[in-house]
Amino acid sequence: MPKTKQQTSGSGKLITLLIVAAFMALTIILENTMSPSSLLFTVIKKGAVYSLVAVSMNLLNGFTGLFSLGQAGFMLLGAYTYAIFMIPSDVRDSVYYLFNGSSVHFSFQEMFGAIFGTAGFGGAVSLVLGVLVAIICAGIVAAIFAYLIGLPVLRLKSDYLAIATLGFAEIIRAIFQWDKLGPVTNGANMLKNFPTFADFNIKNASGQIVLRLSAFVPVFLSAVCIFIIVLLINSSYGRAFKAIRDDEIAAEAMGVNLAHHKRLSFCISSFFAGVGGALFAMFTTMVQAKVFTSTMTYEILLIVVIGGIGSVSGSCIASLLYIAASEWWLRFLDNETYINGTRVPLLRSGFRMVVFSVIIMIVVLFFRQGIMGSRELPELLRRRPKKQPAVEEVRTHE
Amino acid sequence: MQFFVSQILSGISLGGQYALIAIGYTMVYGILRLINFAHGDVFMCAGVMMVFMSASMPIYASIPLMLVLTVLLGFVIERAAYKPLRTAPRMSVMISAIGVSYLLQNLALYATGGQPQTYPTLPFISNSVTILGAPTHWVTVITPVLVVLLVLALQWLINHTKIGMAMRAVAKDFETSQLMGIKINRVISVTFIIGSFLAAVGSLLYFTNYPTVVPLSGAMPGLKAFVAAVFGGIGSIPGAVIGAFIIGIVETLIKGTSYTVFSDAFTFALLIIILVVKPTGLFGERATDKV
Repeated sequence: MPKTKQQTSGSGKLITLLIVAAFMALTIILENTMSPSSLLFTVIKKGAVYSLVAVSMNLLNGFTGLFSLGQAGFMLLGAYTYAIFMIPSDVRDSVYYLFNGSSVHFSFQEMFGAIFGTAGFGGAVSLVLGVLVAIICAGIVAAIFAYLIGLPVLRLKSDYLAIATLGFAEIIRAIFQWDKLGPVTNGANMLKNFPTFADFNIKNASGQIVLRLSAFVPVFLSAVCIFIIVLLINSSYGRAFKAIRDDEIAAEAMGVNLAHHKRLSFCISSFFAGVGGALFAMFTTMVQAKVFTSTMTYEILLIVVIGGIGSVSGSCIASLLYIAASEWWLRFLDNETYINGTRVPLLRSGFRMVVFSVIIMIVVLFFRQGIMGSRELPELLRRRPKKQPAVEEVRTHE
Repeated sequence: MQFFVSQILSGISLGGQYALIAIGYTMVYGILRLINFAHGDVFMCAGVMMVFMSASMPIYASIPLMLVLTVLLGFVIERAAYKPLRTAPRMSVMISAIGVSYLLQNLALYATGGQPQTYPTLPFISNSVTILGAPTHWVTVITPVLVVLLVLALQWLINHTKIGMAMRAVAKDFETSQLMGIKINRVISVTFIIGSFLAAVGSLLYFTNYPTVVPLSGAMPGLKAFVAAVFGGIGSIPGAVIGAFIIGIVETLIKGTSYTVFSDAFTFALLIIILVVKPTGLFGERATDKV
């Protein structure tokens, strides 16, 4: 068993890296050759953001066995942190017009702009640095809240943890809509005008776009974050998480500090959910608390389930498929269609989501393993030629 | 004073409506150890069905038909989505429940076309009445009375009938009761039928106060009713009812102040506090699998 494992991880890592690199290269090429308004790029951007959030949820639900439903709350924290720190100060008054301006009077991009300049290459550097610092801040804020909420909540088990974290997300949502915090959060109104993915398109002096990077950036950022999560899962911490998932009592007996590791997993997962929230804000170009409902968490949970609980590559594939199906492939179901002059029954606005949720129910009921089960992409690629499923079956049950 | 009385009255009424939903949660959790996330959406579907049926038939025909259809919906959900997963891990069943909730919401969205549906005015209970100088509707008065009557009937059913005894046995120990010859699937179906029936009655009362139905209008009352069930001690019907009344009253009082945005947050803060301080709830039985 250890021998085969190591073989897979050696060349498997390479294969996975190649696939990811190829995907990124393809994104750049397609983006600069195809029409930028194609739905494909919406799918790639949103899919990349959702991959990151789904993987962060998988770290908690699939690898540590903590069933948390607070993901939307942490995304909200990340999205708001990013937006608050990145709105340029000259448009702040127009965004916060109901509260007579914001109480935060700077943005990271301008801070770096003061050092590197705002035009040409210096402007690009300050944009990239500003966005990176804001994204990391978004993660840190989410992680701090996760630490605080984790103190009481992580003592709960399974469905009680789920409902408590769900409740926590609702509390956060209410706090951010409170008008007393308006100068910071803009109350229930939306935050906008901060740098988005489209700002990463490289323009020449006359304002024409030379190189489009708006779909590459989210893919790249998510890939880096997911890579860090994978490194964590393969480290000794990751093995401790899996031990907790499989048997808490046995893990404790083997010297795993349960409280410490659960808290660590919860904070790291929330950190990346916060980063995902910041990316989501960049994707939607605005932030509003009412978007981050429990339905969003359910969506992410369903992505994790479809991909296979405990499989990082499964979560990524599933989020791309999920977003592609809901935003693109099934869209024809929403339009009234006429064939030979007769109206096709059932097709009208909303039917897409009905079909889609029926598909999800079929997956949940009959394909409980999801796309990947708990396997990763390289294992799937390697196993085919070998043809020894029976032996593998026995091993996994040991 | 008049304001206070009307606040308390509508709080009690809201609490009663939550109670009717909470009973469904607490009974299902007592037997299957499942948070039936779809229960709030069954409640919403009852409202949507009522809207559509009252448009085409008289109210005296549509109310019984709505009750029957809601019961059928609860029964079908259990058979289709939970029964195949009876031997699966608890989390799979919960995910299935979330999936059903998602499906019901999307179905309602499709059926209503995304437009808020105006709930029909029911005769008598929508009429106005004045209590202690506070104007209100008859539904406010009827709700607590109806809740108490239904709970008493339910308690009688559970404590004095054969199916009630079977329910208590299944809630105590799933496998042993199966060995004793209790038909588990029948008991679970009956539980879902009772829960859906009460949710349907709750929806009649609830939507009379909130005149429109939207696909998401079941989610929040559902979650709050679940909190009420946990607060009162999950598995305990009187506990769920008392918890629901407390949550309903406090929520309405908060809505009367300037902290309206926190009326939902309060419920969940209460949940976290009760889970940390007294995880068995007010009247819950000693259980070791929660914390």
